Amino acid sequence: MQWESPAAFFAMGGYALYVWGSFGMAAVAMIVEPLLVGRRRRDILRRLRRERLAEELDEKP
Amino acid sequence: MSNRLINWFKYASPQSFYPLAGRMIPWFWGLAAIAFAVGLYIGFFVAPTDFQQGEGYRIIFIHVPASWMSMFIYCVMAFWAGLGLALNTRLSSMMAQALAPTGALMAFLSLWTGAFWGKPMWGTWWVWDARLTSELILFFLYLGFIALTSAIDEPRRADKAGAILALVGVFNVPIIYFSVQWWNTLHQGASVSLTRAPSMAMTMLLGMLVMAFAFWMYSIAVALMRVRAIILEREAHTDWVKQLPEVQGAR
Repeated sequence: MQWESPAAFFAMGGYALYVWGSFGMAAVAMIVEPLLVGRRRRDILRRLRRERLAEELDEKP
Repeated sequence: MSNRLINWFKYASPQSFYPLAGRMIPWFWGLAAIAFAVGLYIGFFVAPTDFQQGEGYRIIFIHVPASWMSMFIYCVMAFWAGLGLALNTRLSSMMAQALAPTGALMAFLSLWTGAFWGKPMWGTWWVWDARLTSELILFFLYLGFIALTSAIDEPRRADKAGAILALVGVFNVPIIYFSVQWWNTLHQGASVSLTRAPSMAMTMLLGMLVMAFAFWMYSIAVALMRVRAIILEREAHTDWVKQLPEVQGAR
């Protein structure tokens, strides 16, 4: 283990802004992207269910 | 032999690929999670401090995997788009469209982390250097592909136009890769190559490769999720989609 303290770890030898700016953006991007894809799936499924319901209602007299 | 061929074509239809992709996604997420945990541990706690760049070099553990993926995903996307154009297969064009946003994201991360690495080491966020400029062009090619395919209402025409753009853009990938050799760039040469020993500590290299694997698994997982959504959108009118339990079931 090369870090003397948690503070030294977060300071990244003076490169904190650059290291955490990079890892932070990657983390945000790779969390947001799957969430957006999940929303896209929910949207299309909601539409498909609505269409199915509409068809069922049409069939009833 | 013939059996194998038939199996391949079976999964080339959206109807049979949709459930297959659904079964594969958790496995790729699992592998991605494990590889991210191992890769970040190696990257932050095992890999030593760099003698020139101090702790700043640790950006490499995202920068290089993201850059590799941005180029690799583009090639895969162009392959599927080209296959869709040549064979008129619906699923391959859907695969290309599913890959584009993830590839754009990787190109963006490559540029972003590159800027955050360039600032402390070169003293500038950005230079119009061959490597950086060609990666920026790659990012714009992804955005162009996405914009073009979503601007055309008729899906098959959108596929064809997108495929041509994707195929024309492939020329840029070797330019990015070899830019550091062909031109005198600020960007350093490749740290890893197949022909010579890597110019970095073993644990740094290991961390980078594990992170690259993690990015790979992430990209496959998220692209499979997206292709499933695209399949539903584009096959919405078909009976098999209407019969799916997730469409039939209670909300």
